[in-house]
Amino acid sequence: MPLIRNGAFTEDHFVSIADDAPMPLNGTIVSLARFQRDRETLLARNSPLGVRLKSSESPEALGEDVHRLAVIVLEFPIFRDGRPFSRARLLRTRMSYKGEIRAVGHFLYDQLAFAVRTGFDSFEVPEGFTLAQFERALFEMSYVYQPSADGRITIRGLRTEATVFHHHAG
Amino acid sequence: MLNLTIHIVRVLSIDFYGWDCDFLSMAKVQTPQMLTANRLVTGEVVYWARGIWIGSLTAAEVFADGRQAEAALDQAKLSVADRTVVNPYLFPVRAEDGHIRPLEEREIIRAAGPTVRSDLGRPTAHV
Amino acid sequence: MYRYDEFDAAFVRERVEQFRYQVARRLSGELTEDEFKPLRLMNGLYLQLHAYMLRIAVPYGTLSPRQLRMLATIARKYDKGYGHFTTRQNIQFNWIKLGDVPDVLADLATVEMHALQTSGNCIRNVTADHFAGAAADEIEDPRILAEIIRQWSTLHPEFSYLPRKFKIAVSGSAQDRAAIRFHDMAVEIVKNEAGEIGCRVFVGGGMGRTPYVGQVIGEFVPREDILAFLEAVMRVYNEEGRRDNIYKARIKILVNAVGIEEMRARVMREFAEIKAGGTLQLPADEVARIAAYFAPPQFGTLPDASSKFEAARHADPDFDLWATRNLSRHRTPGYAIATISLKPIGGIPGDATAEQMEALANLVDDFDLAEIRVSHEQNLVLPHVKKRDLPAIFARLKSLGLCTPNAGLVTDIIACPGLDYCDLANARSIPVAQRISERLAPRQEEIGELKIKISGCINACGHHHAGHIGILGVDKKGVEFYQLQLGGSGAEDASIGEILGPAFSIDEITDAVERVVDAYLDTRKDGERFLDTVRRIGLEPFKARAYGETAHAAH
Repeated sequence: MPLIRNGAFTEDHFVSIADDAPMPLNGTIVSLARFQRDRETLLARNSPLGVRLKSSESPEALGEDVHRLAVIVLEFPIFRDGRPFSRARLLRTRMSYKGEIRAVGHFLYDQLAFAVRTGFDSFEVPEGFTLAQFERALFEMSYVYQPSADGRITIRGLRTEATVFHHHAG
Repeated sequence: MLNLTIHIVRVLSIDFYGWDCDFLSMAKVQTPQMLTANRLVTGEVVYWARGIWIGSLTAAEVFADGRQAEAALDQAKLSVADRTVVNPYLFPVRAEDGHIRPLEEREIIRAAGPTVRSDLGRPTAHV
Repeated sequence: MYRYDEFDAAFVRERVEQFRYQVARRLSGELTEDEFKPLRLMNGLYLQLHAYMLRIAVPYGTLSPRQLRMLATIARKYDKGYGHFTTRQNIQFNWIKLGDVPDVLADLATVEMHALQTSGNCIRNVTADHFAGAAADEIEDPRILAEIIRQWSTLHPEFSYLPRKFKIAVSGSAQDRAAIRFHDMAVEIVKNEAGEIGCRVFVGGGMGRTPYVGQVIGEFVPREDILAFLEAVMRVYNEEGRRDNIYKARIKILVNAVGIEEMRARVMREFAEIKAGGTLQLPADEVARIAAYFAPPQFGTLPDASSKFEAARHADPDFDLWATRNLSRHRTPGYAIATISLKPIGGIPGDATAEQMEALANLVDDFDLAEIRVSHEQNLVLPHVKKRDLPAIFARLKSLGLCTPNAGLVTDIIACPGLDYCDLANARSIPVAQRISERLAPRQEEIGELKIKISGCINACGHHHAGHIGILGVDKKGVEFYQLQLGGSGAEDASIGEILGPAFSIDEITDAVERVVDAYLDTRKDGERFLDTVRRIGLEPFKARAYGETAHAAH
């Protein structure tokens, strides 16, 4: 499936591997169960590694190992399941994860802006989905009321800035 | 304030055709059904009448046979795909004194409008 | 009241365009109904029995005359000339077309209104005491915090796809006029021994299939920490609330499954981290900035008694009765809080016509009343009325058919729309309310305070669990039946009503309710309300009367 990462279409440098399949040479994504089972071997490999989490699985299960993962894939089993937003936020804030957080599964165009705010930076999108649509989704709302993992300035922050500006200008 | 029965009689008087009173058929007879949905753009309640959706239950099609009903429901899915209606479904009706009447109160109210607002009458012509 | 600045205004305008695009994608087929449904729900749009229903947000129940006029316009332009005020202080229009909704929202945006998050699995309209800013016992106007919570919860990126809906309420006094203990999460504004204002936070209350009274999760959360605390609760709920069964998905289920101690531990852990991050700190100057919007109007220095008011009471028995029933004490001498009952005897509870809405808007302007409120009991409230203006105001209300002197009485019934309108209902509720109202109106003064609440299905939008008499409509083999519960309360003495016995048919329920009321009248001690008698003597005497043979003899 096409992949948008950091606002552009990109090659997927990873392959998702089933729990009982042999590991190929390049970047692979495994389930949490496989990661926990084969942790030593997987981490010892020289190629980039990713873990795919179900919405019922918390990134906390990875602990400090997150920093050794190039990508964490968060699955939306159905768009109504909003747990991945909290998982991504947790990865970016408390766990200080700096790698790729990828959204896969069933999510809507209308959730893209929320996903970016909570820390996702890549998205597996349907065939035919365009960058124009992606950008439109992100900028439908110019302002946000509350802080999130993206550190984007909130309306309250803008109000304070405006006040400060007026004080300086006036 | 309206009694539900009066409400039904006022709005559901029609002539009734097509009931097979042959004794053998009666023994096999299933509950007759009708097919309803809501128009996507307007939300209005509509009923299936031989391939088109109309606003009036009294002029709509009655399926004596379960297979006919299912076939119509299948056809109705095309109306969902082309965004004419949402949520088509079958509901049971019965004949009473030559009138067709839904079995379920919900469908009676859906056909006739809120029982507490007789001034908000339902349109009976084609929509 | 709160006024949008450029950011709030841009926000609702862009939201309208966002929804317009969503509708376009639905009509083009790009979105299926399954995908569109949660999107339209997050904009308050339901598909009901007869048509789409649009639920418009009235934040903490406060409306300006300009906004009320716009609601009248919408009733005329897009609907059938009336609206319905709800048990969450919102307004509903029952006959909206999907194709019109973007334009309705655009019209609303011009008066700083919207339909954001009035449905869907997100944080809903934040409700508050309808006497806010006026009640004599108020510690602080709860709408200040309610507005702050409203902004923080609007299009929250992390909490827009919760396991289920989430309802928040705020009370500014110990007396609970906002039924906060029946909300998913609630704040009671309190003062500690040092006189500092803080938040007592409740969690896990709710109605529905499994009602619960909320429990205290934070006894005194400092105000600067309240958003961090609320966010911590939301995060624990989003991560751990059940998603396998919609009937077990509310936070009340989680709280009762793990226990309040464990819930508190999880929330405190999350809270500590959020607080350390500092991004949700609520500084005093921000609170002051919002509080300024809710500063009370300039009150005149008036004597508490008004000779004009007293004279009118002596001269006009109708006015006297209305003044006795529908006025509440104001914190300022010479003023009163007036409840406008939307429960005419035998009428549809909570409905108002476009003409009535417009006339009320004019009334607010003509008497300089600033604003009008919607109460969760489906009435309207004029919060700041000079006593000397009351006779003239009453005369205007009378001409509008809005002078029913029954606030809090047995005919002041709360009823959901029920099977006459609602797709989820099992039975009709409005006709039951009408019949009971007509039957008991002649004795309502004698009966005194009695809160009847009627729901047409287990979802309990009529709040029947919190009724002194609660009535639940059920479907028994296709026939409407009604279950009676006694002893519920939505106030600070919150309790869930107990089921009396087998359900009654629609033809029996009015008699049954009357017999229950008779049992009360026969056994009450001086000054006891119905609720007090039920709590004192229990259900047995009422059960015997409701189901017993003596009932028929007595008639």
